[in-house]
Amino acid sequence: MIGIEHYVVVSAVLFVLGVLGIFLNRKNIIVILMAIELILLAVNINLVAFSAFLGDLTGQIFAMFVLTVAAGEAAIGLAILVVYFRGRGTIAVDDVNRMKG
Amino acid sequence: MSSILIIVFLPLLASIIGGLGNRMLGNNVVKLITTGALFISCALSWPIFLSFVAGDGASSVEPVLQWVQSGSLSFDWALRVDALTAVMLVVITTVSALVHLYSWGYMDEDPDQPRFFAYLSLFTFAMLMLVTADNLVQMFFGWEGVGLASYLLIGFWFKKPSASAAAIKAFVVNRVGDLGFMLGIFGTYLVFGTVSIPEILAAAPSMSGTTIGFLGYRMHTMDILCILLFIGAMGKSAQLGLHTWLPDAMEGPTPVSALIHAATMVTAGVFMVCRLSPMFETAPVALGFVTFIGAATCLFAATVGTTQWDIKRVIAYSTCSQLGYMFFAVGVGAYGAAMFHLFTHAFFKALLFLGAGSVIHSMHHEQDMRYYGGLRKRIPLTFFAMLAGTLAITGVGVYWLHAGFAGFHSKDAILEVAFARGTELSQFAFWVGAFAALLTSFYSWRLMFLTFWGKPRWIQSEHVQHSVHKTPQEAGEDTTGGYQPHESPISMLVPLGVLTLGAVFAGFIFNPQFLDSAEFWGGSIFYNENLILAMHEVPLWVKLSASVVMLLGLFIAWMAYIRDTSIPGKFVVQFRDLHKFVFNKWYFDELYNLIFVRPAFWLGRKLWKIGDEGIIDRFGPNGAALIVAKGAVAAKKLQSGYLTSYALVMLMGVIAAITWILM
Repeated sequence: MIGIEHYVVVSAVLFVLGVLGIFLNRKNIIVILMAIELILLAVNINLVAFSAFLGDLTGQIFAMFVLTVAAGEAAIGLAILVVYFRGRGTIAVDDVNRMKG
Repeated sequence: MSSILIIVFLPLLASIIGGLGNRMLGNNVVKLITTGALFISCALSWPIFLSFVAGDGASSVEPVLQWVQSGSLSFDWALRVDALTAVMLVVITTVSALVHLYSWGYMDEDPDQPRFFAYLSLFTFAMLMLVTADNLVQMFFGWEGVGLASYLLIGFWFKKPSASAAAIKAFVVNRVGDLGFMLGIFGTYLVFGTVSIPEILAAAPSMSGTTIGFLGYRMHTMDILCILLFIGAMGKSAQLGLHTWLPDAMEGPTPVSALIHAATMVTAGVFMVCRLSPMFETAPVALGFVTFIGAATCLFAATVGTTQWDIKRVIAYSTCSQLGYMFFAVGVGAYGAAMFHLFTHAFFKALLFLGAGSVIHSMHHEQDMRYYGGLRKRIPLTFFAMLAGTLAITGVGVYWLHAGFAGFHSKDAILEVAFARGTELSQFAFWVGAFAALLTSFYSWRLMFLTFWGKPRWIQSEHVQHSVHKTPQEAGEDTTGGYQPHESPISMLVPLGVLTLGAVFAGFIFNPQFLDSAEFWGGSIFYNENLILAMHEVPLWVKLSASVVMLLGLFIAWMAYIRDTSIPGKFVVQFRDLHKFVFNKWYFDELYNLIFVRPAFWLGRKLWKIGDEGIIDRFGPNGAALIVAKGAVAAKKLQSGYLTSYALVMLMGVIAAITWILM
């Protein structure tokens, strides 16, 4: 029998993988975007699992919102990425360090 | 409104208007205001003095303002007028007015004339406050006021480093004397419970014989108070030990030297002791000290004066020496004689200084007498003025006719009274004074001969070379270098003329009042009737001594500087060490440098380097700044610009916040 615990564990593993994907990644920005996506999905799994477990639809509706926002976020992120690449000719994480005074 | 208020406050008003108006009013307006104010003050002062001379003057005190009311300490601003003040009033306002007028010509090319005239008037005001003081604190106010004005005027050409240094030196040396004066005032208040001069003088006799603890010793109250007060006078009047500032003060413009460092401010010490004479009379040890210092100064300054080459320095040492005369006159109890010499000295010394200024003016600012010579025919009016001044200071006169130049009356009186006093110390003062009179005559005539007689030596002077654009080689045989000394403008000659009258007649006219008239003084100074009687009874040789040494000095000067000009050179070679000792002013400056100045600098540097920079700055402001700087460097590293590290920090923040909430 697959209980609520399994879902939570999977979601936690996915979340941690996403977080680590952001911090440990030394490649390029696209990986960061993917990692963010991973984090959002981990949250979604959590929401849906608890929603089903508790019999409350709100969580599942909320998951739909999250998916929408995630899609928007991915679109905007990729757009910024394209513009950035045009401007600087690279999207390597090590070269993106202009956010400082 | 009584005239004394106008006399005292008009110069202040003129000074404020002139000083604040400065360039807005322009040179001529400021000069007119200040000079006009001084002439009005002068015109109002003479009637007061003459009423005392005529015998119908009355002492009065003119209240001005309430000043301090604190516990048992209370004193007011008030202007006191009595015979002593009246004498000082005419001396100050007359010389000051003439010096103002003289400065029109002398300072004509100076860019800062309004400032100069404002300072002169400020000085006059402070000096008038000093002499009209009714209590010691007000006197101290004037005392410091003249010190300030003296500082400002010595350093008037502040762009010259030597002038700045001289101004600071004058101020600092005077501070040493002022410390004594302040202690004296504090002590007086402690003992008498008041600072009002009349009350102190009234109470002084009852205090004689009491003792007081000072620096761990028991001392006679009056002696210690009077010595402390006299130390103040020593500073202001450039007496031996605290005299080093006066010759350096010659860096100031010459009219300043005439007004402040000859006629008025330096005599403030003599005035102060005379004002407090009943108090000093109760302090025999202090009077002995005064006599000794006066005599020593008199001799010291006269010896140094014989060797100097700078015309103003010779006169400065002469001033110092004459102040010594005044002090030993005070010391032997002849306050009238001291004031008489102060009075005549103001005229002839101001005359000598202004004359020297006129010579300097005509010689293109050359001050070295070695480069003068033969000026008698070129600037005859200045020559006659200087001649009158020299005759006055050397005390030329005929004993049997009771007639002579100003110095004859006053200096002879001082020597006679010193002899008549009869104590050992006064005998010492008499012999020293007589010898100093010989030196006075010698250096005065040396100055005259070097300046006005002989062949012109002008081309040796750099100032003259600069003026005629020639070197001594180019000039060849013509030692004038083609330079034409010009007589000074009328504004400089008029003061010379007036002061000449003073130098010739002041002694003759006022002799009876100053010396023989207790009524004239009216209790404003301590008047010792027996001493004056004894003074007239001294042996004939004592009475003639001053005249004899004067002639002797004249003869030596004539031999050395006219008859055979090689004598001074031979003398210097013969007595090399003696000459070196005297020429270097007895090495006072070097000694003070060694004892006070260098250790003070050393201590200051140590406190600066170790105390200030090493401790206070290091752990104080600099340390705090360093922490901030280092912290900033560390914090800078956090802001790497990498998105990922920002996200990490954010995450850690969120985790911390959640942990906080859950806990």
